[in-house]
Amino acid sequence: MSAHVEAHAHDDHGHHHKETFITKYIFSQDHKMIAKQYLITGLIMGIIGVVMSLMMRMQIAWPGEPNAFLQTFLGKWAPDGVMSADIYLALVTIHGTIMVFFVLTAGLSGTFSNLLIPLQIGARDMASGFLNMVSYWLFFVSCVIMVASFFVEAGPAAAGWTIYPPLSALPMAQGGSGLGMTLWLTSMAIFIASSALGSLNYVVTVLNLRTKGMSMTRLPLTIWTFFVTAIIGIVSFPVLLSAALLLIMDRSFGTSFFLSDIFIQGEVLHYQGGSPVLFEHLFWFLGHPEVYIVLLPALGITSEIIATNSRKPIFGYRAMIASVLAIAFLSTIVWGHHMFVSGMNPFLGSVFTFTTLLIAIPSAVKAFNYITTLWKGNLQLNPAMLFSIGLVSTFITGGLTGIILGDSALDINVHDTYFVVAHFHLVMGISALYGFFAGVYHWFPKMFGRMMNKNLGYVHFWITAVCAYGVFFPMHFIGMAGLPRRYYTNSAFPLFDDLSNVNVVITVFALVGGAFQIVFFYNFFSSIFYGKKAEQNPWKSNTLEWTTPVEHIHGNWPGAIPTVHRWAYDYSKPGHDDDFVPQDVPLKEGEEELQH
Amino acid sequence: MSTTVATTNTEGKTWSGGNEPLKASYGKMMMWFFIVTDALTFSAFLAAYGFSRFKFIDSWPIADEVFTHVPFLHGQELPMIYVAFMTFILIMSSVTMVLAVDAGHHMKKNKVTWYLFLTIIGGIIFVGSQAWEWATFIKGDYGAVQTKGGNILQFGEYKTNENGEQEFKRVAVKDFVIVSPTERTNHERKNGLWFVDEGTLPPYQIKDVVAGLEANPNILVRTQILNEEREKTILSREESLAAIKNNGKRVVEGANLEVNEYGSPLFADFFFFITGFHGFHVLSGVVINIIIWFNVILGTYERRKSYEMVEKVGLYWHFVDLVWVFVFTFFYLV
Repeated sequence: MSAHVEAHAHDDHGHHHKETFITKYIFSQDHKMIAKQYLITGLIMGIIGVVMSLMMRMQIAWPGEPNAFLQTFLGKWAPDGVMSADIYLALVTIHGTIMVFFVLTAGLSGTFSNLLIPLQIGARDMASGFLNMVSYWLFFVSCVIMVASFFVEAGPAAAGWTIYPPLSALPMAQGGSGLGMTLWLTSMAIFIASSALGSLNYVVTVLNLRTKGMSMTRLPLTIWTFFVTAIIGIVSFPVLLSAALLLIMDRSFGTSFFLSDIFIQGEVLHYQGGSPVLFEHLFWFLGHPEVYIVLLPALGITSEIIATNSRKPIFGYRAMIASVLAIAFLSTIVWGHHMFVSGMNPFLGSVFTFTTLLIAIPSAVKAFNYITTLWKGNLQLNPAMLFSIGLVSTFITGGLTGIILGDSALDINVHDTYFVVAHFHLVMGISALYGFFAGVYHWFPKMFGRMMNKNLGYVHFWITAVCAYGVFFPMHFIGMAGLPRRYYTNSAFPLFDDLSNVNVVITVFALVGGAFQIVFFYNFFSSIFYGKKAEQNPWKSNTLEWTTPVEHIHGNWPGAIPTVHRWAYDYSKPGHDDDFVPQDVPLKEGEEELQH
Repeated sequence: MSTTVATTNTEGKTWSGGNEPLKASYGKMMMWFFIVTDALTFSAFLAAYGFSRFKFIDSWPIADEVFTHVPFLHGQELPMIYVAFMTFILIMSSVTMVLAVDAGHHMKKNKVTWYLFLTIIGGIIFVGSQAWEWATFIKGDYGAVQTKGGNILQFGEYKTNENGEQEFKRVAVKDFVIVSPTERTNHERKNGLWFVDEGTLPPYQIKDVVAGLEANPNILVRTQILNEEREKTILSREESLAAIKNNGKRVVEGANLEVNEYGSPLFADFFFFITGFHGFHVLSGVVINIIIWFNVILGTYERRKSYEMVEKVGLYWHFVDLVWVFVFTFFYLV
């Protein structure tokens, strides 16, 4: 052992330099600390995003009724406790932006890619700890700017999270189009830089720093999804950057990329020849892959947790990898299905319908593989497992409506209604959030060396699961009844009067579900300090992160990095005493590696 | 940790772990993936350019009529010559970069210094040339009239060339229009008491153009609409007069982000944006090259026993060159 320690001292990442508070907790280059920074920032942004959605729900359920809660939080935006229309649109915009980018992209990928990539592939740290640190701090700055836009005189950006021009391109178009939109664009530009640095790091770390024996087909599926997610990010985020830069030129320097023939407040603007549809194309070339950037890490986390807690090898390991790769490829050629009503040529629409429906195949492969992994497993129903199973459920429910929306002929009828809201909240919002929660419950002992309270976890799961369906299931029906999304109030249309009761029910579920997230936050923060001390491998899992000591050390392993002799899913393998065989255990005499 | 003794069953395989499967250090690979990202940024711009150009396929300005200038050769129309020179310089700087990287592989410090220096010079010449190209484009040459609908009307007359054929020759607005006096002077810093920024007053008014056109019976108007031969449509004398009188809004000279005397303002928007974004990349490349050059001179890489940093910036430099080939193709050739 001592020889190992000595070898380790000469290792690149193993220098025992003295750490100050600042280098350990703030400008840390250690991937485990950066993961925690991402997690806590993401959770705080999550609280902000969820509170915003609750305010919107209150407005939808009880339009025009004074509400002390709204008055307290919104101040001048809710005179006498009645929310103004401007702030409603701003809430729609910022809720979407925060949840999609800040919570489910950076919060989810940033946390678990940083934590798990080095630990599960057997590396001392990320390829570049410095760039990793820069990536987090850019993310932090972009969060601050995004939140700061709420304190601007004319209000934050209010053009929807898709920021279509001309609302986003003309500073005089609406209150939020001025400084609010400028801050939005600044924040997103910084966010894209952060995401690029993070993704570059993840990809090269997986390619170059795998430990001996960790071939690509022995990688845990978590790593595969993080790897593919990072590649999708590398391919799609730069296109959003391009769109944002062109938009900034239109806003501030008078170009006409996205603007044409505009007449505003009695004045003819000089813009000529541009096309807002061009922006839609550029935006959705990112926007659709973004859905998978959000979802794939959650699916990877689920694969890992379901296999571990079913005490069974994951069903169809290679099919899982193939389906992730197929989803990643298809995600870049389906963006047009967001634009079926933009005046698109119906033939082109049918092409996008075809590519979109193809995604159902790899998605179904994944869903069936989860179910077959669960089949006859020795299920350990801890909170992480429950959330993973919850994910499979919402992934199927939300995915089925995706088939309806992916078909242009059907989509046109429900476009921009609550049907769409229900679809994407279930399939990417709730599913990814479940993956996030599952990951937190599962890897909390790895992150903080303590266990989270199981019973509070059960309460959290069951109430969240009931409320999530309570919120989003009825939305399918009001959507099919024609209720448009993003509307501040529907009281002006007698046609929708009958639906107002449904909206009240949805809002009650939302408020209860939102309130019970406090259970999670209490559990999370109190367990950091007072939770039961964790064992080294609390879930009896095979992956390498559980071979590191509970107490975090720089360089992850005190001695040499373990070598890998088998895939990550040798659960309940015949001929072994335990029902799990960690990856660093050599094959026994005469033992065959599973042909997975 | 006794497990290190046993075999992993993956020894000697490319993707077995514990090695560099693509035979590249993580830094070099990061540069490659960065290039992928950046390539997609440029692809998005060029795709947007193609989208917009296709929308105006029947009136898009003809590059050979726009970029005709060469320094010191005043008044001659020499399309493509100058940009060919710029492209040649940039490609030569790629060649010197290759030589620098190769010298680095052989650990020849002096050669690396020299070739990297040439690369930097090439980059500076390119950026400088681009500044001149921009300035010429902004200044414009013949001037034109913008219609109320935002189209561009240019002027010219038929002349007999040395082969005895009739040929349409452009005529500059300033050559046939006489400025009529106006009451107002343009406020500038030198004549303003309290200077407030003011756009320059248009030098010519439409009525001046009409007067000039009436006084010169040979001058015809050419619209931006392309005919079957991909040439711009020339109006008859009557149509010319009517077009200016009924539709003329203002005289434009040169190009900027809002108007463009050569045709669609989107042409100028995309030209400035994409060549500007590319020029910014070249400029960053020059700055990075200079930093690396100093490190070479200081012997940093000699001590490190590897000139891999030169190789990495070389990758970036070649990428920027390659992007230029596309930009050049889409703006100047097709």
